[in-house]
Amino acid sequence: MSNATKTSIRRDVLGASALRPDGAAKVLGKFEFSSDLHAEHMLWGATLRSPHPYARIISIDLSEAYKIDGVEAIITSEDVPGKKTYGLISSDQPVFASKIVRYVGEPVAAVAADHPETCRRALAAIKVNYEVLIPITDAELAMLPSTTQIHPDGNLIRHQRIITGDQNLQGEIIVEAIYEMGMQDQAFLGLEAALAIPDSGGAGVEMFVATQWLHEDQKQIAACLDLPIEKIRITLGGVGGAFGAREDISLQVHCALLALRTSRPIKMQYGREESFYGHVHRHPAKIWIRHHATRAGVIQRIESRMVFDGGAYASTSAAVLINGVTHIQGPYKCLNATVDGYAVRTNNPPCGAMRGFGVVQACYAHESQMDKLAVACGLSPVEIRLINAMVTGDKLITGQVVESVAPVERCIRETDAIEMPAPLARNANALEIVGGSGLTSLPHNIVRGVGWGVSIKNLMYSESFDDFATARCQLQNGVVNLKFATVEVGQGFVVLAPQIARSVLGVDEVIIDQVDTRIGSAGSTSASRQTWMSGGAVDGACRLVRQRLFEHVGKIHNIDPLRLVIEDTDVVDMLGDFRISVIEASTGILIDETFEHHHRPTEELDKNGQGNCHVAFAFVAHRAVVDVDVELGLVKVIQVATAQDVGRVLNPIAALGQIEGGIAQGLGLAVMEEIVLDNGKMRNPSFTDYLLPTALDAPQVIAVMIEEPEPQAPLGAKGIGEPPCISVTPAIAAAIRNATGRDLPRVPIRPQDICL
Amino acid sequence: MSANSEVYDLNVNGQKRQVRDAWVGESLLYVLRERLGLPGSKGACEQGECGSCTVIMDGQAVCSCLVMAATAVDSQITTVEGLTSDNSLTAVQDAFITEGGVQCGFCTPGLVVAIEHLLDTNPDPSQLEIKEAISGNICRCTGYGRIFEAVNTAVSTRRANKL
Repeated sequence: MSNATKTSIRRDVLGASALRPDGAAKVLGKFEFSSDLHAEHMLWGATLRSPHPYARIISIDLSEAYKIDGVEAIITSEDVPGKKTYGLISSDQPVFASKIVRYVGEPVAAVAADHPETCRRALAAIKVNYEVLIPITDAELAMLPSTTQIHPDGNLIRHQRIITGDQNLQGEIIVEAIYEMGMQDQAFLGLEAALAIPDSGGAGVEMFVATQWLHEDQKQIAACLDLPIEKIRITLGGVGGAFGAREDISLQVHCALLALRTSRPIKMQYGREESFYGHVHRHPAKIWIRHHATRAGVIQRIESRMVFDGGAYASTSAAVLINGVTHIQGPYKCLNATVDGYAVRTNNPPCGAMRGFGVVQACYAHESQMDKLAVACGLSPVEIRLINAMVTGDKLITGQVVESVAPVERCIRETDAIEMPAPLARNANALEIVGGSGLTSLPHNIVRGVGWGVSIKNLMYSESFDDFATARCQLQNGVVNLKFATVEVGQGFVVLAPQIARSVLGVDEVIIDQVDTRIGSAGSTSASRQTWMSGGAVDGACRLVRQRLFEHVGKIHNIDPLRLVIEDTDVVDMLGDFRISVIEASTGILIDETFEHHHRPTEELDKNGQGNCHVAFAFVAHRAVVDVDVELGLVKVIQVATAQDVGRVLNPIAALGQIEGGIAQGLGLAVMEEIVLDNGKMRNPSFTDYLLPTALDAPQVIAVMIEEPEPQAPLGAKGIGEPPCISVTPAIAAAIRNATGRDLPRVPIRPQDICL
Repeated sequence: MSANSEVYDLNVNGQKRQVRDAWVGESLLYVLRERLGLPGSKGACEQGECGSCTVIMDGQAVCSCLVMAATAVDSQITTVEGLTSDNSLTAVQDAFITEGGVQCGFCTPGLVVAIEHLLDTNPDPSQLEIKEAISGNICRCTGYGRIFEAVNTAVSTRRANKL
């Protein structure tokens, strides 16, 4: 009997640092991003946007724009043949504003012309007469019943309470504060772009789009165009990052409408400023929170009031809110809670999905509180977190029992064990010092600080949503062909899927078919879900194929298929001597199987916020070390140490890339990234003014991956995309507090917050 | 657009390329991508902040989004497509793949060009010199860790290749 696995790590199976199949094309500049697509006789599309946060449209005059040579079509709300609105959860956002504009940047018209410059001139020539109204830009104000309701659906998008346990409990130790978070942008590099090619006679449209979820786009576009869903065929255009910002519709409907109107291919592509207007952002939030604890530091009760500014349209605000309220306890035991959460409509830019999805806001608040609690109880930041660390089997404030592996204590201890960075050298190069090459910081003003953050993050969609994933596997002549609609945004599913097929089927050659809507949905590339969901679908399809292969081999060679296993690249009889290569065994046959992976069902929350609303959870700890120039208020993040609960590492190099990348985004939110709003208007919609972490801002990252395979997960692996960016923000904020002694209740922390 | 159109030549990747029927206001990035069939250089900010459009112009790494194409007629321009022929990979390109420096890949061509330029002018850069050299290239996916590794690997490979 030789059923011991001989699977060698040299083959790119699960667990190997397999290399991206799209890597060569990307380094050569030959990978086709959606902005690189072309079609014969194509026109360019562009969008006219509202300059006002809140105004009534009195009239739109297109006559001057139509006189411009090269302008082929101009469309407004009147030209939308189907549903005039779209949206991910509620369909509340107009394709084009018709009577009212509700945010700066809201689309009013779109033009098709022969050149981007012609488009720009045409947009400038469209005369829209607005009656400017006073915008509602304060979420607290917007919530009041006496305030103008800026949308027929009202200003309150969702209110959710969580009431559990003793509502009157008062702790021996009580700490409370109000925390705020600014609006963060996903700032993917590959700007929104799409190519739409109309069918003759306007019967349908072929689209190439950089999106996160092909089938959701298809559904929403079809409704607006009043066409059957199958008439909208979408192929994934190369995606230059997403981070949540491509989950909502941006230019898809406009592009398809212009194509059908002109009967010519249309290419639309946003510039950077338009991209800031054209996609949703991370919700700004204001969170009041009060912790009750024993003198020993044991958390007894949480009270919180959370307000998320959803901007002008709902997008995913209702789901973001649920993530916020259900994660406000953090990765800590807590039996009693009184939580009120509100997602509110304002005349600010719409907010929706961004990596971390509501948990980022909650985590910043609960982790800031943990440090306050530590001080009040005379404990260290590590001690207070260890005392309260959640374990598998604990009941959340929603009543849901944590069934996931929950190595919170291990995350903290392994992070704590990571070596601290060396002190700042006296002769350090200017680039290693706060302030960088400007040589602005004097050594005696630089103070080092250390801070902690720990988080819990739900995986997959919640509240009874069945976000299943589909995959097809074909095996022929030792070659596997995989088909799915799973969107690759950079995360590496194109590497993982072949690894799964190699592991399950013992093949080496795996081809990934075009990613399009000619197969069932894969759900969105979001919510840290594709390794679990689409990975589960590919795994399931490959296992079905393997079963058929064993049946085939068993029949021909007269062996019970149940005795057959895959060993390296062979089919092997584990009770005998029979062995045949998978290539030989599959020569001349075609096995074709499709599999849908569904996660376990979840429930909606009841009015008291009780219910098994989440599928599973992942955990992570971060420790940040910063240098702060306390006089100038400048910060340099020196090191981030982290231990992350990943379930199982399927591709070490890809996992590390997710961790390092997430940390950089969380760093951005902590100290530099914010869309600055002035009465509804963005003041910094450019990469000159919206600051992003550069190579010089990147801290040393030391990461430990904690492997305790998750029984619920098809591959034992948890999603790893979101956790890295969640608790690093409060860890950095805590480190700055540690260095400065300041309260710093708001992120991003600006120089003036530190030194004034 | 036909008004204000001009005909001019650009020297790109060692070849003389004619640009015709172009509006003179077009950036070098636009002309490379939309007129000369060289979409490897990417546009992501239009302000010279992100480095996605980096090309080598007369020995300098420049943001092609900030260069008027019609002013570049006397320059030698190298784009990511001109770094190698026949799909072979430079040491830098190879290291980006093997070290995990590529995720979405949108910043990659600009970074590859910037790093080729760095290593051509400074074959053995310090870690700080690497950071400074690529601090004009924004990557939103990787947090830069794997990119630093890619540069280190490329430095070693280039050194070994010279021995």
